[in-house]
Amino acid sequence: MGAELRIDGLCAGYGRVDVLRDVTLRVDAGEMVTLIGSNGAGKSTLLKAVAGLLRPAAGTVTLGGVPITGMAPERIVRQRLALVPEGRMLFGPLTVDENLLIGAHSRPARDAGVAADLERVRMLFPMLAERGAQISATLSGGEQQMLAVGRALMSGPEVLLLDEPSLGLAPRVIAAIFEALDTLRSEGLSILLVEQDAHLALRHADRGYVMRNGAIALEGPADKLRDDEQVRHAYLGGRPETRE
Amino acid sequence: MEAAEFLQYVIAGLKSGSIYALVALGFTVVYGSTGIINFAQGEFFMLGGVLTVWFYGLGLPVPIAGLAAVATTAALGILFERFALRKQRSAGPLVLVIITIGGSMVMKSLARHLFGPDELSLPEFTPGPSIDIAGAAVERQALWVWGLTIVAVVVLWWLYRKTRLGRAMRACSISHDAARLMGIDTARIVMVSFGIAAALGALAGFAVTPLTQTSWDAGAAIGVKGFAAAILGGLGNPVASVVGGLVLGLLESLSVAFISSTYKDAISLAVLLIVLFARPQGLFGSARREKV
Repeated sequence: MGAELRIDGLCAGYGRVDVLRDVTLRVDAGEMVTLIGSNGAGKSTLLKAVAGLLRPAAGTVTLGGVPITGMAPERIVRQRLALVPEGRMLFGPLTVDENLLIGAHSRPARDAGVAADLERVRMLFPMLAERGAQISATLSGGEQQMLAVGRALMSGPEVLLLDEPSLGLAPRVIAAIFEALDTLRSEGLSILLVEQDAHLALRHADRGYVMRNGAIALEGPADKLRDDEQVRHAYLGGRPETRE
Repeated sequence: MEAAEFLQYVIAGLKSGSIYALVALGFTVVYGSTGIINFAQGEFFMLGGVLTVWFYGLGLPVPIAGLAAVATTAALGILFERFALRKQRSAGPLVLVIITIGGSMVMKSLARHLFGPDELSLPEFTPGPSIDIAGAAVERQALWVWGLTIVAVVVLWWLYRKTRLGRAMRACSISHDAARLMGIDTARIVMVSFGIAAALGALAGFAVTPLTQTSWDAGAAIGVKGFAAAILGGLGNPVASVVGGLVLGLLESLSVAFISSTYKDAISLAVLLIVLFARPQGLFGSARREKV
């Protein structure tokens, strides 16, 4: 079910401000890759450019071999790439179920896979099944994040991008969300995870990239990056991993 | 004032209030999906009446003529969005609003050119004497106005609540970016919204023309009133727009009863200003949400 995502020489920005400079990155089919880096390094910008919310100035993005560079977001999601955006961007006044149904909008109304995916999402986050009729803005932050992930899964993606899913959440909730991500990866979904919590991200991912000033500064297997002096110093608070 | 006389004023208020409600719904539907006020909304009302008269003149029976007028106006609304507004969407709301003002002038001038400068009239749908309700006389056409308003509101409710398109429209009214990430073609939703808004305006024009007559310049006044009703209800909520329309109609009618008919048309402007100053979120809105 997973597909390969390749980003080659991507440049993008807002107006005249260049944010991304020649970014090359790949997520193999069924792999979980994390992109870490400090605030303002361009991580969110990269996800936006891949998902189509921002038009890249140069470079290419291919999904399972199909070029999707510069495509509109409503078409990219039909190519089976879904983004859980920064800040979640839920449809707050709508119910949990309505959010999930809208998540499946890119698929034909009679697609049998939609019902199956709804079941799957509710298995993954049982809370979503219990709170179906609740207005989503009234959910807690963690529940909202689960809904955001569930909504993205309703499009039946082969590649899932997540923008800081742990931000502002309690450790217990973060653990639940990352457990779900592990499950999805083990089912074969390709995942590109942007995180500010480098410890957490490198613990779950297969490989990692470190972004600095809009360019990739380092890359490697997650455990190697965890042990890397530079990474440890800059992003892991300069201490060996003690938290578990 | 006697009870029957009072009731007569209430009925008159609800009659014009229904028309305001339909026009207000048009404003609300477009505002919901675009965040802009469509100042051509009044012209859709005008086109509904004028085109019905024109189709009727071709020999079509009144209901068919009305249907044709509503359909034609909806198509014009869609074309207006597609060819006048869509390319400028990135230019920002102010530019779009000004284009709708320009569009309203063009529609008005074309209507005058094509259908003449005179008042146009239409027979009642079901001619006959007024019906007596507790001593107050209700014109048969008023029943049609109410009936059609109710049908339109129910259909709109069903569309928004029960259909895939309606869900997409509500998603769009919350965030275009989030909607696009879900695979919703927001450009198409905006276009459809203009079609629906035009149809609602045209339906109002069609329903009320037998009572009030119509002409090429009938759009401006009703536009202001529909806008006031939509603001009163707190733009963005269809149910509240309907209530806003009915309340405005009643206020106007009762002001004629208790103050003077001189001020009837000033009521909607007063309401508009008071609401905008004192309660910009409308009667039913909570805190004002940010449009993206």
